[in-house]
Amino acid sequence: MADSADGPAECQVRTEEDLLTARHAVRAATQRLGFSLVDQTRIVTAASELARNAFVHGGGGVLRIEVLRRGGGRGLRLTVRDDGPGIDDLDGALTDGFTTGGGLGHGLGGARRLMHEFDVYSTPGEGTTVTAVRWTDR
Amino acid sequence: MSLSDIGRVPILRLGDTLVTGLLSELDDTSAMALAEELTARIAEDGARGVLIDISRVQVIDSFVARALMELSTMAQLLGARVIVAGMSPSVAVTLVELGIDLSGVETALDAERGMAALGWSQTSAPPRTRAADGKAA
Repeated sequence: MADSADGPAECQVRTEEDLLTARHAVRAATQRLGFSLVDQTRIVTAASELARNAFVHGGGGVLRIEVLRRGGGRGLRLTVRDDGPGIDDLDGALTDGFTTGGGLGHGLGGARRLMHEFDVYSTPGEGTTVTAVRWTDR
Repeated sequence: MSLSDIGRVPILRLGDTLVTGLLSELDDTSAMALAEELTARIAEDGARGVLIDISRVQVIDSFVARALMELSTMAQLLGARVIVAGMSPSVAVTLVELGIDLSGVETALDAERGMAALGWSQTSAPPRTRAADGKAA
């Protein structure tokens, strides 16, 4: 694999069309890393939820895709950052059924369940950053 | 394929049943547009059943899941039964982990079983095989 294919990639998430582009980029990265089909679907679905959150609630943002290595395994880290209003009630936002948008309220908590590692940093008024990792060997 | 083309999937009518199939990518606008178009067609055509084949759909996130649930509810209000057929195993696993139970959405393993559930069955004539064709000659 060429090193360049392993470098971080960034996708803008400013329009609805960007959501599809972001999903494609994440799918391609999961395939390059050799994730199983179920893992590919988990990761792309999580990316879709996080990117939509940034688009709908954060007024747009950026999705960063990074390849991680540890021991014999590799991981894919998604970082979705927006400059929106932030999340006032983070515990609430991670609870199923909580929604301020048009979804089912499973987006953030659901994405957390689909990934191995999950962190949310949010400052009211300064935006939200979500990082999520899934490993090939766990 | 541009965004506006993605949602334009053909809706076929077979008797009192509408049949449609989603493509691999479904964006938010297309999901909502399909729900609107299908409900309009149910009323226009007096459809009693709707089969939606999703065997090519690779990702169903919470937004698309909600669109499918709403579509099923709207169709029921119009007197039609919706069957979502052909969900891939990886999508099923992911939906469960995401915490979505698709309550109210009737599903079938594949389009054929979905059509059978809607009252369509194969004709009583056995499928033609090469051997049968040979004998008939």
